Amino acid sequence: MKFIDEFRDPDLIRGLLKGIEKTAERIGRPVTVMEVCGTHTMAIGRFGLRRLLPAGIRLVSGPGCPVCVTAIEDVDRALHLAGRKGILFATFGDMLRVPGTGGVTLQKLRADGADVRVVLSPADVIALAEKNRSQEVVFMGIGFETTAPAAASLILRARERNLDNLTVFAVHKLIPPAMKALVEDPELKLDGFLCPGHVSTIIGAKAYEFLPEQAGASAVITGFEPVDILEGILMILRQIDTGERKVEIQYTRAVNPEGNPRALALMERVFEPGQAPWRGLGSMDGSGLRIRDAYGPLDAAKRFAFPEIHSEEVRGCACGTVLRGAMRPSRCPLFRVRCNPRNPLGPCMVSSEGTCAACFKYHREEEP
Amino acid sequence: MCIGFPGKVLSISEDGFALIDVNGVRREACLDLVDQEVAVGDYVLCHAGYAIHRLDEAVALEKLEFLRDLIRNEIY
Repeated sequence: MKFIDEFRDPDLIRGLLKGIEKTAERIGRPVTVMEVCGTHTMAIGRFGLRRLLPAGIRLVSGPGCPVCVTAIEDVDRALHLAGRKGILFATFGDMLRVPGTGGVTLQKLRADGADVRVVLSPADVIALAEKNRSQEVVFMGIGFETTAPAAASLILRARERNLDNLTVFAVHKLIPPAMKALVEDPELKLDGFLCPGHVSTIIGAKAYEFLPEQAGASAVITGFEPVDILEGILMILRQIDTGERKVEIQYTRAVNPEGNPRALALMERVFEPGQAPWRGLGSMDGSGLRIRDAYGPLDAAKRFAFPEIHSEEVRGCACGTVLRGAMRPSRCPLFRVRCNPRNPLGPCMVSSEGTCAACFKYHREEEP
Repeated sequence: MCIGFPGKVLSISEDGFALIDVNGVRREACLDLVDQEVAVGDYVLCHAGYAIHRLDEAVALEKLEFLRDLIRNEIY
């Protein structure tokens, strides 16, 4: 078993689609389901799942692309750090082409001589800091509950080794507060959520209980292969059909109900929840992670003084509305013509998990 | 950056890193976060260079079998 091909089995897919059709017919009204995670958005596009579903089942993409939801102020602060003398700025590859105010990107700064490095793992930053003792190494910690524990591990390992030239610029965010804002949005009228699989590996199922309890919405923690996604959709439809709304785990091979206590403890030890600005959703209490004072010397936001930066979004860019699921990318006036993967104006077109990038790549026929 | 993928553990180093095989490609995965004992031969779910979960083959197979039953018996 390789944990991939088995979940792409055509017979299972046909069986699930039949079940979806039958259940959708019984429900007899349109159903709107949000896939929160950018990797779900990509998988749905890649496997062409949207066009296999009955007409009444609408899938909307949510804010689960960490690069995309990073507020322009935070992008500008990252760019400021990367452009400073003596700094080695390390981050994930997705961040490189995200435009800040005026279209500046890390990639452009690097072409101008800034030391910007791409890492595949926060753990790689330790070696960078050890090899480059004369530079201040700053790691941009970005991502949700799946990546935040890795940043916590980096901070603990850096402390253990007394690495005093390493800091983390943390803009980590938490998924449940964003889902709370979205389920309360009257414009969206969401019936249920495909909850992000790997975020749930860490946080477990309990974190979503407010969805059925307070908002009457279904929540199914779903994996990323076609069989997973279709079964997740079917589980939501069956909840609607029977009227019993709850949190269920489709992705049992990767998610325990209690999550991953070790990773949670690490995250808790290093970070505390705080207010954070999100692109598209605004500033939300308790939706971000701040490095605790005990690890203050490892916090780039404390080590470096930031000047006042006047941040401004690209005019006409609808990324914020797209991230809330309130607009399909093809309706954005910049889409395809001015904003495309070769020349991305907004983060949702840059990121490999962005909704606009997925729409460009996989839904070419989609009418505006 | 957020792509999680399964990999088979080939070896484990003393400082808590595993060498894993991902469809023929070898990568390193830090074991700081995984909350079960990991041994050579196990499959782990890897995310941004960290193993975040040990995949249990029995659970996955049972799930697939159950799914086949649901479809075969037209419960789904």
